[in-house]
Formats: sequence, C-alpha cells, structure tokens
Amino acid sequence: MSASDLSAREISHPATAPGENLNLEIVGDGAFTTADMTLSVGPAHPATHGVLRVVLEMDGERVKSAHPVIGYMHRGFEKLAEHRDFRQSMALVNRHDWLSGMSNEIGLVLTVERMLEMEVPERAQWIRMLCAEYNRILNHLLFVGSYGLELGAITPMFYATRERERIQYLLEAATGGRLHYTYNQPGGVKIDLPKGFLQQSVELIPDLRKRIQDLEDLLLGNEIFMARTKGVGPLPPDVALSFGVSGPTLQATGIPEDVRVTEPYLKYDEVEVPVPVGENGDSWDRFYCLLGRMKASMYIIEQIHDRIPSGPVNVKLPKMVKAPEGSTYVRVENPLGSLGYWLESDGGRTPWRLKMRTASFSNVQSLPYLLEGTLVPDAISVLGSVFFVVGDVDR
Amino acid sequence: MGVVDQFELPKPVKYVFNWGRKYSLWCFNFGLACCAIEFIAASGSRHDFIRLGVIPFAHAPRQADLLVVSGTLTDKMAPALRRLYEEMPEPKYVISFGSCANCGGPYWDSYSVTKGVDQILPVDVYVPGCPPRPEALLDGIVALQNRIQGESLKDRMAQRRREPIVLRHDGPDIAPELQTTEGQEHRV
Repeated sequence: MSASDLSAREISHPATAPGENLNLEIVGDGAFTTADMTLSVGPAHPATHGVLRVVLEMDGERVKSAHPVIGYMHRGFEKLAEHRDFRQSMALVNRHDWLSGMSNEIGLVLTVERMLEMEVPERAQWIRMLCAEYNRILNHLLFVGSYGLELGAITPMFYATRERERIQYLLEAATGGRLHYTYNQPGGVKIDLPKGFLQQSVELIPDLRKRIQDLEDLLLGNEIFMARTKGVGPLPPDVALSFGVSGPTLQATGIPEDVRVTEPYLKYDEVEVPVPVGENGDSWDRFYCLLGRMKASMYIIEQIHDRIPSGPVNVKLPKMVKAPEGSTYVRVENPLGSLGYWLESDGGRTPWRLKMRTASFSNVQSLPYLLEGTLVPDAISVLGSVFFVVGDVDR
Repeated sequence: MGVVDQFELPKPVKYVFNWGRKYSLWCFNFGLACCAIEFIAASGSRHDFIRLGVIPFAHAPRQADLLVVSGTLTDKMAPALRRLYEEMPEPKYVISFGSCANCGGPYWDSYSVTKGVDQILPVDVYVPGCPPRPEALLDGIVALQNRIQGESLKDRMAQRRREPIVLRHDGPDIAPELQTTEGQEHRV
C-alpha cells in the first residue's frame, strides 16, 4: 500500500474509537493511544530546500495542521531598494529569487521603462526574452532535480546539474554571470550577444530536448515516483485562486494562466507560448507542468532564433535615471509564477517605495491547506512540489 | 579524543592521520541563499568536489567535520547556525562561502542581515564572490586541506581562535588593469 492510499481525506475518523471505554484519551485513527506532537521541520532541513520552517502538529504519523514560519531569509529588499538607484537595484532584484534572476530584472526594467515611457530597441527585447527563457529552464531543472532528491532519487540531480552547467556556460558568455546576471538596464541590455552565441544556442536546444526527455523518463514513469506523487496534495482550482497561487502550481489545477499569454509583455504576443495544464492539481501534475514548461521554453527559444532582428541593443542613458512622479505596476511571468513590481516614485533617483508581489510567497500560503491531513512522507512530497524559493518568500 | 589532543603525535603518524582527515571531510552544507545553488553546482556533475574527498551527505551536524555556510545569514537565523555549530564534534572546520557570509555582501546596509558569520563562529576559510564560482569553492577546499595536512591536532584543540585563510587571486583571470601595483595584494 502506498502512502497516498492512506490520504486522510478519504479516511473518515471513526465516531467511537476502539479502547474508548478504557478511559484513555484516544486521538488519531484509534489504532494507538498517542499524544499530539509538535514537529518543527526546518529552518535548516534538506526537505524544505532553503530555510523555510514548517511547524507541524502531528497526530502519530498524520499532520493535523501545518504552520509555515517565514522570515529566516528576510533581507529587507524593499527597504534597501529605496536607497539604491534604478541601476543599482538591478543587482538586488536578481537576488531575491536567486533561481530566476533574469525574469526579476526584466520585471524591474519594464517598470522603470514604463515610468520613463522609454522606447526599447527591438533586438534588446528579443535578447531579454531569449535569456529569460533560458533562465526559466535553469530554474525548472533545479526543481526537477531536487524534487527527485527529496523523494529519494539521487540520479536526476546529476543529470539536472549537467544540463544546468551547459546553459549557464552559454548565459555566462552573454552576461558574465552564472546566477546573477545584472544584464538588463533601463532601455535595453548592457551589451550585445557575443559572436557565435546564437549558433551555440541553436545547437544546444536539440541536445537539451533529448536530455530533458531522459530526465522525464527517469521520473515520470517511475512506479515509486508515481506512488509518492499521484493523488498527493490535491489543490482544487478555486482554492488555488483564493490563495493567489500562480505558475506551475496553478497550471497543475487545470487553469491555463500564464502572464506571457494573458498580459503579454516584451514580444511574447508575437511568439506562440504553449501552456501545459494538469488535471487534479496533485504533486504529480505540478511536476508534470514543470516539465511541460521547460519544453514550452525550448519551443519559444526556437522561435526566437528565427525571429531575432539585428540592430542596437540599448539606448543612451542620462547620468542619473530619474523616474517621474507617479506609480505603476508591472506583472511578468517568473518561472515560479506571477511576479509583480509596484513602483511609487516622487521624481527622485531612487524609488519612493518598491513593493513586490512574488510568486513563492503566495504559493507558500497554500501549504497549511495542502499539508493538513497528510502523512509525513507525503508532506515532503507536497513541500517539494509547491515550488518556492525562500528568498522570494521572505524578500 | 583522548590521546591526540593531549600529546604530540610522532611525525609519520601525524602525517598519515592528517592525510586521512583531509580526504574525508564530511561536509554539512548550511545552505541559506543563492550561494547554496553554487554549492549544489560544485557538488554536481561538472565540478564534483567529492573527488576531493568532501562528502556532502552528512545527515546532521553531529556527523560532520566541515560546515559550509553558504548564503546570507540573517539575525533571525543566527542562533540556529550557532547551535548547529555547537553540535558539531571537534575538530571542526568552517568555510564561509560567499560575500554575504563573509561580510554581509550586497546587504551590508540591511537592517536584518548579520554582517558576516565570523561574528558568531570562527571561520577557517573565506571564499569571496557573489556568488563565488564552484571553482572558488574547490579552491577554498584545497586551501583547507593544505591547512589540515600541516596542522598539529594538539595545537588545534588547544587554540580558541584561528587565523583565517583569505583566498587571494593572482591568476590570469583578473583583467590586468584591475591588478594593483607591486607590493599590494589584490583581494577579489
């Protein structure tokens, strides 16, 4: 019997537990006399990838309630951004979600550009898209690898890091950074793609597609993997929406929401963006959507190869970029979901207030709902498949 | 430890002893932020620090010899780190991986970040970078291994504070115009 067969949602608690007339306090399913236990998972626990702490109220092996304790990675980003000018903020903004630096940068530059009503050269927009899609694959590869690791499969992590190294090598050639690119600036990107980048990129995609198929074969069809994930932690679409869940976690519930499709930015309205959807919103579906998004990104990259124009990649900036008075809000599709920046400016060289709406924060809000009633092994399966980065939760 | 922390070992015994210790560093990764991803990359396929004898599978600090603090330490997290450090058995080594762990890094003016793990525990090797490349971690590990090979366990156990190793780059990967003049070391 797999752990998922024991899901608490199917088993109703008996009205009278055996042993009741013994005058013992019976809790749980009645098999044993147990006292509730509080189990603190984290803040330094390998299964929470990062420093999320989850306090579980345990009834035997069953989770009665779960309380995520956030704030262990709170670095005060929003306050720091008030003391950095817009170009300096770029170095902070790619660090709050350290797996998706490019999407974060794009979010902030789009906000600043909208405030300045700045025209961005065509080529710069396509380069941004190209790098953002590569970054999305990088992000998802790590989650694919680490999710296998959490469920006891070590091999996918090695495959995932191998592919990550290849993409990082390519992005490093263009941007100079492996994780934190600081490649965007208001009005474009810092520097044009190096010679031979597109050729290498064209050659990389078929390889990558083959390797990701290997990863998929390793995990998706695996009997143990399916037993650990199928039917575990189902998230209904209405609950997901009420928590503000987005990204692959929302797509797994069957809602084809993707900012690149619903509110296209950059040139996403000129390319075809496939959106994978799941059926039940369980861990397996969430993982499936993650793999689907990688394939979608590769498909988008192939379209970018055909479409990328030549021309300038940035505009000449004044010595000091000052956003005019006012406020604006920009949404972009972070690898983990919808990311929004709300920028309020008083006309100075720094934001008066920069508020972030991050995907991970909202995704983590659904954990108490998802973890309630699961078994401990299933809790690990759920924690790994509700994709979040702790820095993105705590900012 | 009994004998080794009270008596100086004979030289050949010490050599073999230290040789064994330096190539079986069970490593506890205190992965906090971005640098943890580079730590994973260093343990992964291409860089693979297991070939240096660093084994990243320590299940708890009680089974670890080496603590790698990778990422931003916040004031809320600091007591947990100190406690994990206390749980490790002697002799223990600490690598501070990344600018945040070294000194606060880009969060030097943040209200919630501990500016350097060396404020709460002794550090053996500082690896600079934001985040450092996996090669930098390998460099740091080799520096630590050289120290272990040369040290006397008796002295190590006796001393409270250690002189840290600060990695300095003098290789060709720095642009010539960034190299400082003679007599000055360029700290990356």
